[in-house]
Amino acid sequence: MSFSVTEPNKGTKWVAGVLVVGYALVTIAPLLWIIATGFKSPADSIAYPPKVVFEPSMEGYVNLFTERTRATDDMLEEAGEPETWYEEIARNQGTVISGPSRYGERFLNSVIIGFGSTALCMILGTAAAYAFSRFRVPLKDDLLFFILSTRMMPPIAVAIPIFLMFRNLGLNDTHLGMILLYTAVNLSLSVWLLKGFIDEIPIEYEEAALIDGYTRFQAFYKVVLPQAATGIASTAIFCLIFAWNEYAFAVLLTSGTAQTAPPFIPTIIGVGGKDWPAVAAGATIFLVPVMVFTILLRKHLLRGITFGAVRK
Amino acid sequence: MAQIRIENVRKDFGAFTAVQSSSFTIEDGEFFMLLGPSGCGKTTTLRMMAGLELPTRGEIFIDGEEVGQKPASQRDIAFVFQMFALYPHMNVRANISYPLKSQGMKSGDIKKKVGEVAEILGITNILDRPVGGLSGGDRQRVALGRAIVRDPKAFFMDEPLGALDAEFREHMSEELRALHDRMGATTVYVTHDQLEAMQMGDKIVVMNHGVVEQFGVPQDIYDWPATRFVAEFIGSPPMNFLEFDGMIGTGGTEVRLNDVPMEVPQSREGANGKLTFGIRPEHVDFDDDAPYRGRVIATEYLGTTQIVTFDTPNGLLKARVPSHEVVTNGQLIGLRFDPRTITLFDAQHGKALRSQANEGVLGHG
Repeated sequence: MSFSVTEPNKGTKWVAGVLVVGYALVTIAPLLWIIATGFKSPADSIAYPPKVVFEPSMEGYVNLFTERTRATDDMLEEAGEPETWYEEIARNQGTVISGPSRYGERFLNSVIIGFGSTALCMILGTAAAYAFSRFRVPLKDDLLFFILSTRMMPPIAVAIPIFLMFRNLGLNDTHLGMILLYTAVNLSLSVWLLKGFIDEIPIEYEEAALIDGYTRFQAFYKVVLPQAATGIASTAIFCLIFAWNEYAFAVLLTSGTAQTAPPFIPTIIGVGGKDWPAVAAGATIFLVPVMVFTILLRKHLLRGITFGAVRK
Repeated sequence: MAQIRIENVRKDFGAFTAVQSSSFTIEDGEFFMLLGPSGCGKTTTLRMMAGLELPTRGEIFIDGEEVGQKPASQRDIAFVFQMFALYPHMNVRANISYPLKSQGMKSGDIKKKVGEVAEILGITNILDRPVGGLSGGDRQRVALGRAIVRDPKAFFMDEPLGALDAEFREHMSEELRALHDRMGATTVYVTHDQLEAMQMGDKIVVMNHGVVEQFGVPQDIYDWPATRFVAEFIGSPPMNFLEFDGMIGTGGTEVRLNDVPMEVPQSREGANGKLTFGIRPEHVDFDDDAPYRGRVIATEYLGTTQIVTFDTPNGLLKARVPSHEVVTNGQLIGLRFDPRTITLFDAQHGKALRSQANEGVLGHG
């Protein structure tokens, strides 16, 4: 067998494997704990020592999606036999379901605002990045620095001016307001990332398209965009993760119609402060869209994070 | 198919002038070479003809129509890039059909046309392959296919063989020339390789620092360079330059090189002061009786010929002589220059002095 400097030997592979698995366990453990907690009963969820093996229960999910009122024994009897499995769970807690909770709406708000701002960010970001990459923009370097400078402090540092601005513009607690805000915060990152990706695409491809009889916009749309797909996908993931998880602005600027899931989830814990399974259930479901989105774009993400270093 | 005329075209990039006031005409059906070292403005000139850059000043006529400020998509020309620029997300067939799609051609006709082109270039078997895995030569052929598929008015090629390895380049340049002869289309070809230019071109423009130095058929440019730059850039080894102080009157046929009289073609303009005596290596002969002598300092064996480097009173000189001549380092040898082939240059400006021999070539310049 020949020896090669680039081919790792068995020992290194083994060490690398252990490190990767170890790291994966460390990062994935809290996630698994949250998912597990969602299926515990409230008592199990706060048991000490913590329970790793437990009897699964749907109480958390039922509590997450429903509003319930405490009922006296008389009332329970009056209500008769529970018609559904979730009613039965509620009855067992001594409550009756009075309607659906607002989690669904809040979740939908998160979807609208998260994906809306990501889409807007990609449209504006790609256009700006293309212009910066290809055209002679006056004061290009200054503008790029200026764009980046919006990231030089934590966004929450400007929370109060933004709050006042939103109030005056009537953007408080609106979907549009939150979409604009998250777009503004993410745009600088996406312009910079996308400019890097577009810089990597040789200009000759567009020139070839121009020569072949296409307009500048057609060349951009049909030749540049397909090749920038990797960059766009990975930038979109970054933007979505930020907008999806954002908490501070959401607490400050939304309370009702446009409230996203992150500020809502902690309020589920209820008066007694015991309903951890419902909180965990809310968090688990909240994880799903970003996870699906990331898995769908995983191929692009892996290639994208190397920033085109492996091109050619 | 078209004649292309460039008139006083200039291109500035900010403070940098890439091309200053170029004028020349490319006749219908010509294989035309834009030759020069890197940074000389040849590619910029080509890109202006194609519409990928707009000239700062001047006019460009394609087929009699002024197109200087028109975008590339409206000029009906084809361009072959050095790195080919095949669309990486399309397969070979899609690449070749792409220019036809922009014209709104029916898909049946496109298919037929692409088939014909693939036949000409011998790439029928790779039509459905992605462009990623193709060899350099096949990429080149696909790029050519994309260019010829819609019968443009002219072909522009920017160092199309630059990305190929030397062995294959030879083959491809023959293929290119044959393709041109078959289609008879006006072709403008940018290269920095003087051999390629001489080999393939019907006509050559030599550029340097954004200025057209000379324009003509390869033989004229080789034999009668208009400037020292051209004389040096073309030919390998380049023309020899012997520096001397002297004078020549209008109608004069002799200069004195280190006090040795040298016959030159009859002069059409007088000059005195610092002059340069230009002679190609193959026009230097050994002659024991010649009064002008040089000492051998190096020899390079090239098969049938050898290049002998001499130290002469007027500077270094290389001679191309048959290999059977026996020379040894340090030997003092008499040198005779073929008087019909000599060009004198004004040493200060580097311009060739006009003589009976070169006035036909330099007449219009």
